Amino acid sequence: MDTDQELVILALCCHYCAYAAADMAGSMRLQYPGSVRVLRFPCTSKIEVNYLLTAFERGIDGILVAGCLEGGCHFLEGNLRARRRVERAKKLLDEIGLGAGRLEMFNLSSAEGPRFAEIATEMHERVVELGPSPLRRGREAVLAGVAGMASLAEAVIAGEKT
Amino acid sequence: MIVADRKKIPEIRDMIQGHDRVLLVGCGTCVTVCLAGGEREVGIIGAALRMSLKLVGRGHVVVDQCTIERQCEDAFIDILAQRVSQYDAICSLGCGAGVQTLAERFPQKPVYPGLNTQFIGILESQGVWTEKCLGCGHCRLGEFAGVCPITRCAKRLLNGPCGGSREGKCEVNADTECAWQRIYDRAKALGTLDRLDAIAAPHDWSTGIEGGPRKVVREDQCIAGLGPKS
Repeated sequence: MDTDQELVILALCCHYCAYAAADMAGSMRLQYPGSVRVLRFPCTSKIEVNYLLTAFERGIDGILVAGCLEGGCHFLEGNLRARRRVERAKKLLDEIGLGAGRLEMFNLSSAEGPRFAEIATEMHERVVELGPSPLRRGREAVLAGVAGMASLAEAVIAGEKT
Repeated sequence: MIVADRKKIPEIRDMIQGHDRVLLVGCGTCVTVCLAGGEREVGIIGAALRMSLKLVGRGHVVVDQCTIERQCEDAFIDILAQRVSQYDAICSLGCGAGVQTLAERFPQKPVYPGLNTQFIGILESQGVWTEKCLGCGHCRLGEFAGVCPITRCAKRLLNGPCGGSREGKCEVNADTECAWQRIYDRAKALGTLDRLDAIAAPHDWSTGIEGGPRKVVREDQCIAGLGPKS
């Protein structure tokens, strides 16, 4: 790996909070690492364990799941379900030896643009410390994987996939 | 339903050592309901297993996956026949019956269990399954107000609780209800406490697994000339 910028970290964001916060971070011209790629979901509860594992299998270096503040979910408890799924995925990552540190869940509101930039930076720094995923197959393949995850996310939003 | 839970990924990985092409087969019946081996779990275990293999330098191993309606019946397994021929081994994410049915149907293929089959039970609450039936072959629930002391009493007592019943809980495990407290409460509510006065005879264990593997035969359903398999 030549630079930190070659890391690929997915930010799986809830439409109602983290995605808007990421948008605000952009509007505020806040800086956060270019390794973080934002994908929008209708709710973090739409993110299943197999979606997270598929991303890691495709060589993605880290994933942050960003949902609404606890108690503030648009769908009442979607973010709480997401947290439990993230915990399960973390256990599996530990079990196979990839390490739970590559995955984390955060909660923030749509008004927290600076907080989004902060967690994106925090996750980037953590993955820099862990190093690139031992499962990555080269930058092109990883980026193709990201594109695949993005189209899968779009299909989820469109209701074509569950 | 039959309740199972998955084996650890490293255990599955070690079991399939020596095979280059492995088919993970899920089951769409009991183990789907108990979230151990249905289509979704097969996807999760498949992805985790592939990553695990890659991390130990066995990335060349192909792990594909599919889920069939039911693993414990030949009729549902037939659709796998052509696909299985492309693999060195099968890892079943069905219960023990599913694993063995696959092994009998595909005698040339090694079949490995990806789950630990636990018990016959119910969904107690979301994510919690509890054992309710031992499959002893001689159901006496009618004598015990619909609560099975053979399965749910740690000592399998048939004539009342032991001295370890504390505030409705079992001395063996404080999280477990005392079966005899449940029997008493239910019989009282039903107004059938007097039935518990009768001395319950010792259980006939010859109908259980202790008498060897069991078989149920319905002559009227057997196809003429074929009869039950030996």
